[in-house]
Amino acid sequence: MDLESLYQEIILDHYKHPRGRGLREPFAVEVHHVNPTCGDELTVRVTLDGDVVTDISYDGQGCSISQASASMLHEQLVGGTVAHGLATTDAFLALMQGRGQVEPDEDVLGDAVAFAGVAKYPARVKCALLGWMAWKDAVSQAVASETPEVAP
Amino acid sequence: MTAVHAPVTGLLDVEAVRSDFPILTRTVRGGNRLVYLDSGATSQKPVQVLDAEREFYTRHNAAVHRGAHLLAEEATDAYEQARATIAALIAAETRELVFTKNATEALNLVSYTFSNATAKAQHGRPLPEGAERFVLAPGDEIVVTEMEHHANLVPWQEVCDKTGAVLRWIGVDDDGRLDLDDPVHGLDAVLGERTRVVALTHQSNVLGTVTPVRRVADAAHAVGALVVVDACQSVPHMPVDPAALGADYLAFSGHKMLGPSGIGVLWGRFDLLESMPPFLTGGSMIEVVRMEGSTFAPPPQRFEAGVPMAAQAVGLGAAVDYLQGLRSADGSLAGLAAVAAHEHALTAYALESLARVPGVRIVGPSDTAGRGSAVSFLVEGIHAHDVGQVLDDRGVEVRVGHHCAWPLHRRFGVAATTRATFYVYNDPRDVDDLVAGVRHAQYFFGVA
Repeated sequence: MDLESLYQEIILDHYKHPRGRGLREPFAVEVHHVNPTCGDELTVRVTLDGDVVTDISYDGQGCSISQASASMLHEQLVGGTVAHGLATTDAFLALMQGRGQVEPDEDVLGDAVAFAGVAKYPARVKCALLGWMAWKDAVSQAVASETPEVAP
Repeated sequence: MTAVHAPVTGLLDVEAVRSDFPILTRTVRGGNRLVYLDSGATSQKPVQVLDAEREFYTRHNAAVHRGAHLLAEEATDAYEQARATIAALIAAETRELVFTKNATEALNLVSYTFSNATAKAQHGRPLPEGAERFVLAPGDEIVVTEMEHHANLVPWQEVCDKTGAVLRWIGVDDDGRLDLDDPVHGLDAVLGERTRVVALTHQSNVLGTVTPVRRVADAAHAVGALVVVDACQSVPHMPVDPAALGADYLAFSGHKMLGPSGIGVLWGRFDLLESMPPFLTGGSMIEVVRMEGSTFAPPPQRFEAGVPMAAQAVGLGAAVDYLQGLRSADGSLAGLAAVAAHEHALTAYALESLARVPGVRIVGPSDTAGRGSAVSFLVEGIHAHDVGQVLDDRGVEVRVGHHCAWPLHRRFGVAATTRATFYVYNDPRDVDDLVAGVRHAQYFFGVA
């Protein structure tokens, strides 16, 4: 009965038909993240053009939640600004860590609100976050490497 | 769904057993019956164990091996009686049994013996007589197997990093058995004159495989190596005699055998325990302490620093009594032999039932020969996490993931499996619920 709230139709759709899956060139930064409790892994590449995220490509293996989450992240963030991507990530993180008590903001999260049900299953939160934490890591590195060194 | 099967024979009187486990009467996830198939991770506890711990705290609680008052005497007696009960279970001497906080600590106690002895020897510091057998030189070899739980792998990797020893391993064949005759990863290829330790599991926590410890131990002893056996998945489930296995050390945990958490056991040959430097140090484990240095108590006290877990020891003693008191429903077997027969019957039924589900593949031996009750499997097209979630939604509690045996999963080319493990309170109905749940997962994810 709760199973449908966890596995929303749109999540299963992203799982079975992942958007933007596969690693592509060129890219600014590549990261590899694992979930040590279950062995799920994800490689994420981020490509920027100035302030715009021009591509997030990814590949890995994992459960429906982790893979669908990466697919949705690709769909939500590519084409937007880095600031938009990070703000969306913060909102997603807050939702996931809210134990089901945080009201999701669809204006910020878009289709990713479908993951609201995951927050009620603490063991699956890390699955949903795998791609988002990897992207956040990659984009932070990319932004840092593009920031010109300021002479002291 | 009604399962069509021959009656499962050789079982315990499961209804009577279940009445001793209060947790099995609760419901989960919206009123479902609890089908607990994760005893390989930790077992549930009968009232007899809970009562023994409560009795200890309500009547006898004191710090053991300290003080001279009545309660201290009673607490010490209870603690040492538990040691005797548990030693008798594995046909060991009481003085050969060391209590640790869990089996992981027991294995670390042995692995640290090597790195500690090596460090002390390098600095010419005092070591017990006979401790040179624990001193490693760069290029010495430690042998494990590819099916080890991380607890019997990572500690040895650490010893290698600290001493310059080299880790080698025995391979696993496609059926999930140790590949002892393999020309590259077999016994003859891996063991040699530099081998100092052979550490292996008695029963794989993933595959269920029971390993031929005696054969490996004989080969290890022939090259002068010590044999460390991880018995976490065997002592709770079958009669085990470490001396008959050829083990030098054997570790197991209390919480997987109906006992409390917070207690594990290391059995070691007494002559070896006597020649070992201490592991954790502090109170209780000393002989004489001066500012300039200290000497240490004989085993097992040498390895039990600090106030020990007396209530847990008492609880584990009660768990052993409980296991010893079990009988097959037909009265033919008693104790751990009855437990083994019960699990054998359930495992056969589970393997047979899962084999009838298209798209399910067993990872590990597909028949019951030389096999215990851990049944790990893959469901084609569905990740183990998702299988486990659907099962959980129906009250069926299994383990999903790599079960702390990541290299073994890599060996089979998978990231994660779904694992069901059976124990004294499981019955064929639990297997039927597992199989029905797997079929529902296939339906839910549209792969069947």
